[in-house]
Amino acid sequence: MTAKRTVMLPRLILYGLVYLLTALWLAPVATAVITSLRANSDILLHGFLSIPNTLSLQSYVDAWQRGGLAHYLPNSFIITLPSLAATLFLSSLAGYALSRFRFPGDRLILFIFVAGMMLPFQILLLPVFRLTDALHLYNTCWAVIIFHTAFQLGFCTFVLRNYMRTIPGEILEAARMDGCNEFRIYSQIMLPLTLPALAALATLEFTWIFNDFLWALILIQNDALKPVTTGLASLRGQYVMDWTVIISGSLIAALPTVLVFLFLQRYFIGGLTLGATKG
Amino acid sequence: MAALASSGRTSRKLNLAPYLFLIVPLLLFLMWVIGPLFYSFYLSLTDWDGVSAPTFIGFRNYVRLFDDPIFYTSLLNNVKWLVSFITAPVIMGLALAMILNRDIPGARAIKAAFYSPYILSLVVVGLIFGWMYHPAGGLLNGTLQALGLKSLTPGWLSDPALATWCIIAAAIWRQVGYIMTLYLAGLQGVDPSLVDASRVDGANSWQAFRHVILPLLSPVTVVVVVVSVIDSLRSFDLVFVMTRGGPANASSVLANFMYIEAFNNYKMGYGAAIAVILFLISAVFIFIYLWRTLSTELEY
Repeated sequence: MTAKRTVMLPRLILYGLVYLLTALWLAPVATAVITSLRANSDILLHGFLSIPNTLSLQSYVDAWQRGGLAHYLPNSFIITLPSLAATLFLSSLAGYALSRFRFPGDRLILFIFVAGMMLPFQILLLPVFRLTDALHLYNTCWAVIIFHTAFQLGFCTFVLRNYMRTIPGEILEAARMDGCNEFRIYSQIMLPLTLPALAALATLEFTWIFNDFLWALILIQNDALKPVTTGLASLRGQYVMDWTVIISGSLIAALPTVLVFLFLQRYFIGGLTLGATKG
Repeated sequence: MAALASSGRTSRKLNLAPYLFLIVPLLLFLMWVIGPLFYSFYLSLTDWDGVSAPTFIGFRNYVRLFDDPIFYTSLLNNVKWLVSFITAPVIMGLALAMILNRDIPGARAIKAAFYSPYILSLVVVGLIFGWMYHPAGGLLNGTLQALGLKSLTPGWLSDPALATWCIIAAAIWRQVGYIMTLYLAGLQGVDPSLVDASRVDGANSWQAFRHVILPLLSPVTVVVVVVSVIDSLRSFDLVFVMTRGGPANASSVLANFMYIEAFNNYKMGYGAAIAVILFLISAVFIFIYLWRTLSTELEY
């Protein structure tokens, strides 16, 4: 009994530390939620730990209406959804080719996709800026949509190729014997079998594209077209004194990805590990 | 694989199918990612204001860059980011994964608390932390005041010595859960009977971790370190939102230095040269990753 107790004690201390750290980890979001419900002047006058004299949702209304989140947030979806659909479709095509065929240049092409996905964005900024300008896409949603589609192809192709290689070739071979053409084998047999990987990628890519800041900053100047990330950052300029509005806006901006995460958590975690532990 | 793809085909003619599947995605990738990579190298050798045509000036941008104190400040800050990223989140993520892999009560909720920051955009993280660091209304100084330490309250982001570390702390807050997730997945692949065997042989838990589990996790660790390095070099959003590189460039990193020179000062050739340096630093790690993954992946 006493022996067991001495074994238990260090474990209890360890668990206590983990719970403490978890509470610390939740503090920033808790801070944000509390801030969003208070009045800015009240906090600045009495300090953050003072007892709030009023609680209201007014900051959310201000962020949504005066802060412009009412149009920034839909813009984020206008950018994210087409990019997501296009990159998943195109990378499934590329992944199919790279997983099921052997042909001259196959290794080089895989190498290009994987190397490209890890580049620091700064090396692409100026040329992409110039390219969108030359194609008259600068300052349109299309510029960001096309760039995200193209850039995310690297990671998605790599993940889907690896996943498709795990699918037994006999299934596809049977269809080939039956005279199916390659596109039908891809669309009717391979794609349905790849759905788990596609779902994981979709949730992960949704948050990545939705959360993009840099490309929207570079390619979209027009305030009416800005997504919520660059919109929020410009809010910081206008409302620099009113932190409660900025923080409320941040929480609204985070809501779509939080919802995706809550409902598709399993796929999200699957997606994170798909890319990094395969291979 | 190769046999599978070619069996049932007797003709020797080149199979066009894979090229048809690849043509659109590959062209897009070459046009928007690989082409721009090389074009940046060219732009770094030019004088360009973004409006008129670039003029070739050789290596003059680089000569200027190596003489620019802001370049060295930014580079040093990148090193701080890099070292922080391959230590703090990796050690914490691994420790959490080890603890949560056992039967601690509430493991699911704890996991969710740690990886939920990863779904927030860096802009949101930057704004929330920027507010926590606020000198008058922020949580940190509020807590210090409540503890009677008002004399110790720093300006956090306005303090040149602290600004970079404050931003890195926000980044680490977001990163730990991601690393933890990777290690949790890695631990799924560790055969518990190997750990049990070492315990039977008299190893204590630390020895079992050090000599059995850690070596088995080394493939995950390589990926984790490379991912951390690449992420640390992509640190643009947080710096932009929290300090824009200030005060007086004290928290600048190469990514932000590049942005300011190119898009605020319209010295785009100079900006391209900074980007090339940033790329060359990343390239070392990109090649380590490529060499590791593709050398095993391509043996078919």
